[in-house]
Amino acid sequence: MDTTPSKNAPLSETERVGPAAKEKSVFYRTSGRIATQLPPRGPEMAPLWPPKADIFMTIVFSAVVLTMPLWLQPFGAAYPDLMQRFAIFGIFAIGFNILFGLTGYLSFGHAAFLGVGSYAAVWSFKLFSLNIIPAIIMAVVIAGALAVAIGFVSLRRSGIYFSILTLAFAQMCYNLAYSVLTPITNGETGLRVLSDDPRIIDAIFGTNEVPVPRAELFGISMQGMPGFWTSAVFLIAAFVVALLITRSPFGMMLRGIKSNQVRMSYVGFNTRPYTLMAFVISGMYAGLAGGLLAVVDPLAGAERMQWTASGEVVLMTILGGAGTLLGPFLGAVLIKYFENIFSALGDTTLRSMLEFIPEGLRDTAIAIISPFVGDGWHLTLGVLFMLVVIFMPGGLIEGFRRIGRLFTGGGRKKENG
Amino acid sequence: MDALIAQFLNGLDKGAAYALIALGLTLTFGTLGVVNFAHGALFMLGAFCAVLTAQVLSLESVTLDPTKLTPWGTPTEIRTTYAELYLGDFGAFITDYSIFIAVLVTIPIMLAIGFAMERGLIRYFYKRPHAEQILVTFGLAIVLSEIIKASFGANPIPVSAPEALRGSADIGAFLGLDMFINYPIWRLVYFLAAAIIIAAVFAFLNLTTYGMVVRAGMQDRDTVQLLGININRRFTLVFGIAAAVAGLAGALYTPIVPPHYNLGMEFLVLSFVVVVVGGMGSLSGAVAAGFLLGIVQSFASLAEVKAIIPGIDQIIIYLIAVVVLLTRPRGLLGRKGVMES
Repeated sequence: MDTTPSKNAPLSETERVGPAAKEKSVFYRTSGRIATQLPPRGPEMAPLWPPKADIFMTIVFSAVVLTMPLWLQPFGAAYPDLMQRFAIFGIFAIGFNILFGLTGYLSFGHAAFLGVGSYAAVWSFKLFSLNIIPAIIMAVVIAGALAVAIGFVSLRRSGIYFSILTLAFAQMCYNLAYSVLTPITNGETGLRVLSDDPRIIDAIFGTNEVPVPRAELFGISMQGMPGFWTSAVFLIAAFVVALLITRSPFGMMLRGIKSNQVRMSYVGFNTRPYTLMAFVISGMYAGLAGGLLAVVDPLAGAERMQWTASGEVVLMTILGGAGTLLGPFLGAVLIKYFENIFSALGDTTLRSMLEFIPEGLRDTAIAIISPFVGDGWHLTLGVLFMLVVIFMPGGLIEGFRRIGRLFTGGGRKKENG
Repeated sequence: MDALIAQFLNGLDKGAAYALIALGLTLTFGTLGVVNFAHGALFMLGAFCAVLTAQVLSLESVTLDPTKLTPWGTPTEIRTTYAELYLGDFGAFITDYSIFIAVLVTIPIMLAIGFAMERGLIRYFYKRPHAEQILVTFGLAIVLSEIIKASFGANPIPVSAPEALRGSADIGAFLGLDMFINYPIWRLVYFLAAAIIIAAVFAFLNLTTYGMVVRAGMQDRDTVQLLGININRRFTLVFGIAAAVAGLAGALYTPIVPPHYNLGMEFLVLSFVVVVVGGMGSLSGAVAAGFLLGIVQSFASLAEVKAIIPGIDQIIIYLIAVVVLLTRPRGLLGRKGVMES
């Protein structure tokens, strides 16, 4: 690609960047190639590098994540099993957001990477070692490799075709996992770690004789709280990486693709490597999440790859706010929390909760509420989904901003976040 | 040879279902420009219209006959359906043929659901990006299937075909061939019904003035509006028709596969693939691709084919979709310039 804008581009130099932007234009290097000017910085774009705010945000985020066992106490959610899921699906959603939030490509097949990550991690436990480090590496690498293959093909189309292509690939993975690939995936039973697996690396150190095989990190079993701490550390790392990507010129490029891909290519960028890169990164995030799911519970099943699972991560991202940094994590926490609370509510629990309602009305209230809880919590999820898309397409973060704007006197300038 | 013909017939049958769903889907897309992920749920709703009709028609009244005693010494229960009680033999007849009554019930219900959906939700999304349309209709699909799950339970509910159409027929003799091909009669009925519905939709669009205006609106909405025609109202009707077609496809499919609340999701993915292969917004493309994919899929599930490429029956449709999308983005019969990016 030329370093100078192509002569047959339909816009003239001044139209493309504007006279003011031209003076301030920045030259920088991406992937070893000198790129041309940045797209003009509109008022709606966040500044490139505000380190103070970012460092502050990272610290607050880490503090919030690491103190989860404390502040989740009053909500009754401070037990490791649920907090692990918060962290893991937070990683999944943050990764999905790198693709959907930044480039605008809506993938409906990300659960495939989650499932493949899980399988890879469990195979690593079976073949190499119960240590989680090789498992995580394998999960990320294999999910990434699959993402390269699927992304390379799918990204040749955009819009709804891209969604359908990714959906088709995910369905293929799901169907294959249930049928021909049963020797690898163990079909409907699910893949599990057995005590008589080879575990080559463990065998070298003579530690492969364990009564109950559990994932561990140098002797620390990943059951309970250690599993949460591990997931939390990975979540914070994932957040920082996502933050760096968003603020980097590469992230800027992705956002440029989202706002106007045609203009990006007129300016002289070949956009496909960038979108592929974003796709692969988000696939690796999904693989990491899948690997962690296997770490906290060494069992992998194909239902993790079903397309409803892909829909769930889309919902998490949208609910929190696509394109924001904190939104996807927020969405993941909320959805997993409500899944946990709502699906555990039976009619008897509901009855005892609604003691305060007068006797006559109580049955009516229960009749109204009960389809939404217990087994029917998906109904709540669907209603929530629709309400968010209809009234708050920007997600919760956007909602908070609107509320914030009300209090700060209605300044129309968007904060960064 | 007879195995091949049997597979071909199986494929036609499956293809008929795909074609009907895809027809409605692409009609919605071609007219309203809306990507409707809830279309599979409409198929499922139609199926449950049939379930409901069958259940209503087989409501029974129980009378005790004290003159006859069961081995346990209690009076024998005589169960008669209300339909038979009130209408006599004719009642028994309509209970048996409940599936055809269901067709009559399904059409108005699905039209009403279609209108309500378009007026109440979809029309606010014309101007929004495709991603948001996909998401809101995906949410709607979850809501609809959960409502069905809450009211009918999660297990598949079988609906039986009429007594006379329940068995199998020897197609070979019927076609004058010298071979024996056993084929369920109801599947033939389904194929025939699908052909009639598809013909009716095409006749409506191509032979009536109303349909002509709709087609004009598909080509250029603004110009039709400038001519003083309220195109939105016609498009609402078209959405209703699309819903009714999907509903009919579902209602008639109940004797083949017992419907359950998640049926729509299973068909949705496939029907989207069909629409994409046929070409977004192309009605004949959707029908052709539906039958084509149905036939290809049933041939791929032949044991001989599976021996060569294991697992091909599971992925063949998606594979075709991928190849078509990459080599011919507008689909087999798609119009030039429609969603071709």
